Amino acid sequence: MCRDGRKRESAGQSRPLSVQDRRRAVRGASGRRAGPAVCELLSFGVRFLPVRAALLQQVRVLFFPVFPSGSVNITLTMQKGDQNATFLCRYSIPRGLNFRCKLAIKSVQTVFRSLATLEKTVEKCHIGLDEQKDRLTFTLHCKHGLLKTHNLSYQDSESLEAVFDKDSCANVFRAQPRVLVDTVVHFPTSLEEVTLTLSDERMWVRNHVEDEAERSKAVLTELCLAADEFDHFDIKLHNSITFCLKEFRGLLLFAESTGLPVTMYLDEPGSPVVLSVTDSVLEGNFVLATLSDDHYLRQSNRGADAEQTRPPDDFMNDDMDAYLIAMDSSVAPGPSTADPPSLAAFRKPPAPNYRTRTYSEEEEDGEEDPERPPDKKFRSLFFGSVLPPSPRRSSQPFTTQEVLASDSEEDEAEAD
Amino acid sequence: MKNVPCLLSSGVVTTISKLTKTCVLRLTPDNLFFILSGKVTNGGVGMWCELLQNNFFDEYQMEGVSSEFNQICLEVSPENLSRALRTVQCAKSVKIKLTKKHCACLTVAAELPTLSSASRVVTHDVPVEVIPRRLWQEFKEPVMPDFDVSIYLPPLKMLKNVVDRMKNLSNFLVIEANLNGEMNLKIQTDLVSVSTHFKDLGNPPWGPSQRGDPELLAEATVDIRKLQQFLVGQQVNPTKAMCNIVHQNVVHLILLHEDVSLQYFIPAVA
Repeated sequence: MCRDGRKRESAGQSRPLSVQDRRRAVRGASGRRAGPAVCELLSFGVRFLPVRAALLQQVRVLFFPVFPSGSVNITLTMQKGDQNATFLCRYSIPRGLNFRCKLAIKSVQTVFRSLATLEKTVEKCHIGLDEQKDRLTFTLHCKHGLLKTHNLSYQDSESLEAVFDKDSCANVFRAQPRVLVDTVVHFPTSLEEVTLTLSDERMWVRNHVEDEAERSKAVLTELCLAADEFDHFDIKLHNSITFCLKEFRGLLLFAESTGLPVTMYLDEPGSPVVLSVTDSVLEGNFVLATLSDDHYLRQSNRGADAEQTRPPDDFMNDDMDAYLIAMDSSVAPGPSTADPPSLAAFRKPPAPNYRTRTYSEEEEDGEEDPERPPDKKFRSLFFGSVLPPSPRRSSQPFTTQEVLASDSEEDEAEAD
Repeated sequence: MKNVPCLLSSGVVTTISKLTKTCVLRLTPDNLFFILSGKVTNGGVGMWCELLQNNFFDEYQMEGVSSEFNQICLEVSPENLSRALRTVQCAKSVKIKLTKKHCACLTVAAELPTLSSASRVVTHDVPVEVIPRRLWQEFKEPVMPDFDVSIYLPPLKMLKNVVDRMKNLSNFLVIEANLNGEMNLKIQTDLVSVSTHFKDLGNPPWGPSQRGDPELLAEATVDIRKLQQFLVGQQVNPTKAMCNIVHQNVVHLILLHEDVSLQYFIPAVA
């Protein structure tokens, strides 16, 4: 992922890097806490991806054939000068066929296993592509004439791009990764999903409990963050977004290692949330799917609305209590204050319950593709438009819709 | 609802959570008890853990059902409570309250230190079940059995090591002890028999008076897994650790640590 001045439509394109940028990118990529650097050759530049096993299962590599035999050479030279390690990268890339392949991250990590040893002993790293044998050859030229060659087989891959637009997201906030890490540490590691509820001055983080039966047995944890804990907090739409905590934790691990602030772009339930980590040489966008609106309507109509209504209780006695009371009475809106369901259905068909999708096949550079089956879109439009936007009634078509979701446990309701 | 603001050490609750999945928390004006009554469903294992509320809480307020029955009994999962308390260990202040949300809950509310002006508040609602008064007699303090031998235990870590190894060989363990400070752990299978001997352990002064031969061993055969479960949970070496044996009846283990007392009953198998 490289930094460029112009906006990009999708994550697939990039701009030429100056030599300085390249140097910095490589250094950043081979930094102490980053994983192995993998390079991606594009028509105009080189993309280096500091990669962490926690996030990605596969890595995309892009090559252009130079010689008729289909092989291309990139030389990544690691030279130590004084105290700073400066890296020089030489490559020549003619315009040509677009080639993509993917490698298991564990294989690449084996090549660059110990960074300390690498820095001491490796003089040159040569990466070659052998298209006939379907493999990438990593040759480490070490001291004393030692040559270590690793042949890694790759697989062809499709390019999947996540479609998202950060600028159109209603809610944005930016925080130091430590703040977010300290927040998720309160939730059990086995927890699947977490819900963020946003208001002008505060953000509530709660564990998401899927069904009724679990609700009476599970510990409900809630954490409230005030706006001044964030570097930037701009909320235009008050709503609740639920997404996968496990993936989120992995992403935070990455963000913490880079030391860069994390920016989150959130929109409506159902739209993906984007986590962005940026500096002068690196831009990472991580896209997570969220639970859709109809899911929330189902929850609220079951009457188990503990998330939304907080009864005033006898916390009156101390300062902390007063604070809690203030929290309770501030606006914590739920789906009932969001757009009426029929309208939402028109504008954005609800994303399918994302548990039905498998992440690994659709990942690209840590992004996920929240694709939706087309027939669901049709259904939601059809049912959504027919009924008036009263909460009671609107639950029915959506419950019928849930029949499509593979792991729905709701009883089917008849549509009127 | 009853208010119980406090600063509670989570160590005790973590130990309890290793012993049982669910237990009864009994609150009285002076004490907290974690109770597991020895029912057949637990395999007859019983536990009684007593804490003096004064030592853990800065402030403690409780109101029982009535002034006559001034206590509250709750069924809770100690694992949930322990996890909640663990995450708030570095908090500025912690409060535990009994609340009613979607069901009765022990709400652990903590104020966490932050870099900004406002402090972060985290709440954990641990679901509990209130136990009606008519069932309270099940949770009375167990009567100290008329034991045959009372002896101090060897260091728990050592005991745990021995029991862990023995568990691989057999399901049943014989615990023997006498009033001469000697204790043996024995297992017997078709192929092998192993015994570990401890000497000079000492006997507590309140033990049964010397009758007959102090060398006489009292023994009980117990399910080794129950003993192992008890030992796994002990994270700190207690101030005092004792074992009372009723010959071929029950093994009664007592741990005293600062102001917490933990009693564990393991029935003997036939």
